[in-house]
Amino acid sequence: MKLTGAQALIKSLEHQGVEVIFGLPGGAILPVYDPILDSSIRHILVRHEQGAGHMAEGYSMATRRPGVAMVTSGPGATNIVTPLLNAFMDSTPLVVVTGQVATGSIGTDAFQECDITGITMGITKHNWLIKDPNEIAQTIAEAFHVATTGRPGPVLIDFPKDIANSKVDYQEPGAVSLAGFTMQTEPDPAAVSAAADMILNSKRPVLYVGGGVLKSNASAALKILVEQTSIPVVTTLMARGAFPDSNELNLGMPGMHGTYTAVMALQKADLVIAMGARFDDRVTGKISAFAPLAKIIHADIDPAEIGKVRRPDITLLGECRRSIEELTRALTEKTSNGNGDLKLPLDIDEWHNTLKGWKQKYPLSYDREATDVVKPQYVIEELSKRQEEGTILASGVGQHQMWASQYWKFDTPNTWINSGGAGTMGFAVPAAIGAKVGRPDKPVWAIDGDGCFQMTAQELVTASAEQIPVKIAILNNAYLGMVRQWQHMFYEERYSEVYLSPDLPDYVKWAEAMGAIAFRVDTPEEVIPTIEKANEIDDRPVVIDFRTDVTERVFPMVPAGAPNDDILISAEHADGIVQ
Amino acid sequence: MENKNHHIVSALVENKAGVLARIAGLFARRGFNIYSLAVAPTDDAKLSRVTIVVDVEASLLNQVVSQLNKLINVVEIRELSPSDAVERELLLATVQCSPEKRSEIIQIVTALGGEIVDVDISCLTIEMSSTPERLDTLEELLNSYGILRIQRTGRVALPRLGYLAESKIESELKLA
Repeated sequence: MKLTGAQALIKSLEHQGVEVIFGLPGGAILPVYDPILDSSIRHILVRHEQGAGHMAEGYSMATRRPGVAMVTSGPGATNIVTPLLNAFMDSTPLVVVTGQVATGSIGTDAFQECDITGITMGITKHNWLIKDPNEIAQTIAEAFHVATTGRPGPVLIDFPKDIANSKVDYQEPGAVSLAGFTMQTEPDPAAVSAAADMILNSKRPVLYVGGGVLKSNASAALKILVEQTSIPVVTTLMARGAFPDSNELNLGMPGMHGTYTAVMALQKADLVIAMGARFDDRVTGKISAFAPLAKIIHADIDPAEIGKVRRPDITLLGECRRSIEELTRALTEKTSNGNGDLKLPLDIDEWHNTLKGWKQKYPLSYDREATDVVKPQYVIEELSKRQEEGTILASGVGQHQMWASQYWKFDTPNTWINSGGAGTMGFAVPAAIGAKVGRPDKPVWAIDGDGCFQMTAQELVTASAEQIPVKIAILNNAYLGMVRQWQHMFYEERYSEVYLSPDLPDYVKWAEAMGAIAFRVDTPEEVIPTIEKANEIDDRPVVIDFRTDVTERVFPMVPAGAPNDDILISAEHADGIVQ
Repeated sequence: MENKNHHIVSALVENKAGVLARIAGLFARRGFNIYSLAVAPTDDAKLSRVTIVVDVEASLLNQVVSQLNKLINVVEIRELSPSDAVERELLLATVQCSPEKRSEIIQIVTALGGEIVDVDISCLTIEMSSTPERLDTLEELLNSYGILRIQRTGRVALPRLGYLAESKIESELKLA
């Protein structure tokens, strides 16, 4: 079948089962936009290429399918660099197609030329510059294979204009076989057995659950493992929802703004079982003081994560889901063959009691009695209470993100869409839109900061135009709140360049101008009725401008670089008012 | 001069545009140092062999190998410890040489197994292919006469045959 290169590209994307492309056309990618008119693939026209990338990420995180974005060359391509970094850091499968100047013009500083494969080499799993139209179908197949196989991540395909305009005899791609892309998916049985022994002999075990559990669709397997063993769980920022918050064995999020119990459970554990987690500095604090008493079992698909930060005692190299299943099987076998000393659930009552005590003594707290100001945590708690199960929550980056992670109750996997490793401000609005496109059956909320909202708010125009009814709760404290918090605590309250103003812009007018319904909330008593009003709307975007308490800080907090044992529980504790 | 943090990493890579940039870029962004690098096609035109001498502590070596192995174009990678590898390097050096010193220099070079490949009234150009250690020795000796220009290729290496047969460390390091 004779096609143009552009038609072959679109056909190849259809062949991969792509249902939606987020993108924005321009000169070099123009030929590819013509066959989109005839394609079954839905195209969502964004207002800025960064929005396309984050939408594709939100779509992917909510659906566990690869997200696809398409942009033109030059600035179109560089505008999607941030989402590529974001997806690379958070292992989100993304396929980005960039237009490129004609092959004969590459290297001549042609109009809108940019070496995007060079720029994105370090933030993609792999990238391709297609130079032969006969390679289109196979390259697209390879790109999807690389993005979604093993540890997922973003890939980029640079597509020159003359290749798009050339004629090609389209053939469906064959099986993908990349000699340099193989991986171990099944954990070593001997390591599994040794890990099971280590678990059976532990007194204070903790499952340190990371994003890999969600990537490998292992939540159900994890639940069985926990039910059979009674091992307590901490869920990292990337893993919120991987294990239900409603289960009393979930201790919450570990790390810099984790719960006291989650942080201290790791600090006092004699065994840490890391599942698809990478010992990120925001979790470990000072590395040499992290989980000092613990042996480590590290399960991960990526060999480069093993021993990168902390050398494990036992390595389970393979898919997380398989490691969890095999571990459960080995534990059951070992405890059912008549050895009376070994039994499930583990005999760790003392540990459970310690954890229960910490939970009671040091719960997440804020001033729930406040009547004069809207506490940001209160907004999130009330929002969370008023959502049906499976509601998806996106967030930006900063204080509001930490509060969302702390106070939203996550009981369903793949319902928390946030920017972890890269910490990309402005992620929430486009990511929420992408999530809603992927899961139109679920309500999608975003909790955003006023600083973040200003970075990508224009995508609400996209949401209105495409009838994607997302709901955005802006926690508007008129500041770059997290930076303000650090200046408060570590720069003697010298506030440098963090003030934004509560009403410049006027968020309600702005949202309305973008086709959304908008509300403003100034007092605590308006919070619940306004949330309920917003929940009723499902035919267009909603924005609520919550004017929240400027002075509120995120606690608990482990100061950057400090040992986790130095956790500050509350503002009073941080300010030295209580010990 | 080499130091104890030097390790040889030998990789088979796809012979495609940009592969060297991917390897060099990875070293730069992960903060690893390349001490020397040699690349050339193999008998299979689709593959090149890259021999990299890496300047890292032993504890970080596995991280270097694992990260490199994640590059799609890297087909196979292993560490070669010097005791388990045959290593060679090529040196070219132009040395100042008065007529009185000429025979002395030629003696040294031939004693070490090098050759004189170019001569004029006041200079000699020397070629020697050997182990990096022997080249170090030659370089030191030539220094006293005055080296005008020197170019070393960086080492290339292949596993020793006996080592291949056992291939124990190899299979440990050859991460799937």
